[in-house]
Amino acid sequence: MIIQVKNLTKTYHHHDGAINAVDNLSLDIPKGSFVTITGASGSGKTTLLLILGGLLGTTSGKMFFNDSEINLHNEDELATFRSNHVGFVMQSFALVPYLTAIENISIALNVKEKDKKKNQKRAFELLEWVGLQDRTNHYPKELSAGQQQRVAIARSIAKNPELLLADEPTGNLDPSLSEEILGILKEIKEKQGTTVVMVTHSPIAAEYGDIKIQLKNGQLVK
Amino acid sequence: MRLTNLALKELWHRKSQLVSGLLAITLGIAVIVGIRSISVVSEKAVAINLDNLGANILVLPQAASVDNYYSADIDAPTFPESYVEKIVTSTLPGVDNMSPKLTRRIKIGNDNIVLTGILPKSEIASKPIWQQGGLVGNKVSASCAPKPGTEPAKYKDAKLQRKGIDDLAATDCYVGSAIAVKLKLKESSSLDIMGTQFKIAKILPETGTVDDDRVFANLHTVQTLLGTGEQIRAIEIMGCCNEISEGLLGKLRNILPDTRITTIGQIVSTQIETNRMMNKISLVFLIIILFVVSISIGNYIWANVNERRKEIGILRMIGYHKCHIYYILVLKALIMGIVGGIIGYFVGTFASVWLGPQFIGIEVNPIFNLLLLSVVLSIIISVLGSVIPAYLAGKIEPFSNMQED
Repeated sequence: MIIQVKNLTKTYHHHDGAINAVDNLSLDIPKGSFVTITGASGSGKTTLLLILGGLLGTTSGKMFFNDSEINLHNEDELATFRSNHVGFVMQSFALVPYLTAIENISIALNVKEKDKKKNQKRAFELLEWVGLQDRTNHYPKELSAGQQQRVAIARSIAKNPELLLADEPTGNLDPSLSEEILGILKEIKEKQGTTVVMVTHSPIAAEYGDIKIQLKNGQLVK
Repeated sequence: MRLTNLALKELWHRKSQLVSGLLAITLGIAVIVGIRSISVVSEKAVAINLDNLGANILVLPQAASVDNYYSADIDAPTFPESYVEKIVTSTLPGVDNMSPKLTRRIKIGNDNIVLTGILPKSEIASKPIWQQGGLVGNKVSASCAPKPGTEPAKYKDAKLQRKGIDDLAATDCYVGSAIAVKLKLKESSSLDIMGTQFKIAKILPETGTVDDDRVFANLHTVQTLLGTGEQIRAIEIMGCCNEISEGLLGKLRNILPDTRITTIGQIVSTQIETNRMMNKISLVFLIIILFVVSISIGNYIWANVNERRKEIGILRMIGYHKCHIYYILVLKALIMGIVGGIIGYFVGTFASVWLGPQFIGIEVNPIFNLLLLSVVLSIIISVLGSVIPAYLAGKIEPFSNMQED
């Protein structure tokens, strides 16, 4: 298993009381699988994704990544964990607006690898792979939504992560573009053996998963 | 893509913020440079005015009192003239002018006057008010004026002192204004002093001091007339008030242990207080400006951090550590500090050079040393101003970009 979650609870405290966004959840994710997580708004799916990616701490329970207990890591260790093992694809693309397509990929590589030429070469290869080799010096605002998401995907796999987390990656795209993006994610899983965990509202997108999880009130429905 | 490039790209991306931030630093530094440039000139002018108050240190024989000095009694104690040389050869900083004197109350006809033997050049140098009367063309430098450090102190060269003696002929004398009126004396006429005929070289302008009732003649002639040998009653010193407050009197006492060294309190306290006030005013201005500029920079960086929450979140999400975020923000402040410091120096210098003569009536010269100080100061306030925003930026959660617009 690449991920093991045991009795995980995440509680948010509001002025009108505490809410368990994730409630005593246990889950195993096999290496190389494509997992889709669905559920209504507020069901805790994004919170779970954030915890899996080391972006958010837990209230109780344990989370293991390759048998390493992630919830015991401090902030710097979590940053290193994200840099070395996890790629993220967001609904809003999460590209830096003043960096070109190739620079947006390079900033991810820069955290780990300081060789500028090597990073440039790798970034260009990734842009080529997502079909944007002629858009290397375009800024995000000069790219279409689909192109921006392809740049984001290229960045997410720049360091060959073992785990790719996608939060509504097709939420801002039309159906044909969605299909294209989902195809890329599936290709990443199949060609690179990357474990993909995708949160989605879309039943069509959910069908891409080998393992389909549904959440309700922070608990597994199936 | 290095962090430095990232910081530069971000700076360039938000040009309006860049301009407003730079403007805050530039204006702050310009005001500091302007005030400093003008205050340096003002301090010199004030120091010259303070020196016009006259000598501020008296070296008297051990047994003498200040009363003895002013009353010029016949039995008042004396000490050797060679003490002047002792001070000269010690090259003490802060001793800018010396005037050895021998005074004695004598009679001219039926009138009592005080005959004072002086070394004329130093006497005149320590009484700038006489210069204004047209006695000599020598301008006296201000004893407390800021010095560049290379200018030799007056009286370091004994030859210069002897040259001063030669300026007053052995039988020439200067007559105080009150005595001139009382005895109906005129310039170029002669005056009999103890059987010796003196030519009145100058009637001194009125000073409102005891000098108005004195006749001044060459020290060595007076010594011969009074039969004192190479003795003097006092050495008047125009000392730098900064040096006085830093222990000049003690140093003089070490050189002349068997003398009584005292300050003319009112003059010294006026000089010291004026200098202190000038320094305090400059300091208050500096603190206010530093505070305002630091707040402006902090405000700019904080506004920038708020605007960049998502970008910072993206960087944190893909694995950037907090220290990377601090580095980017502080680097931006550093770049702005350097650029703002340089521009601020030139703006402040230009403004003070241009406005100084027009509004204050003083000529202000550029102070090139301030360029380095401006840049260093600018960097310090920019970086200090960015510390808290950078710290808060480090606290931005790495999932900030997950929130939809």
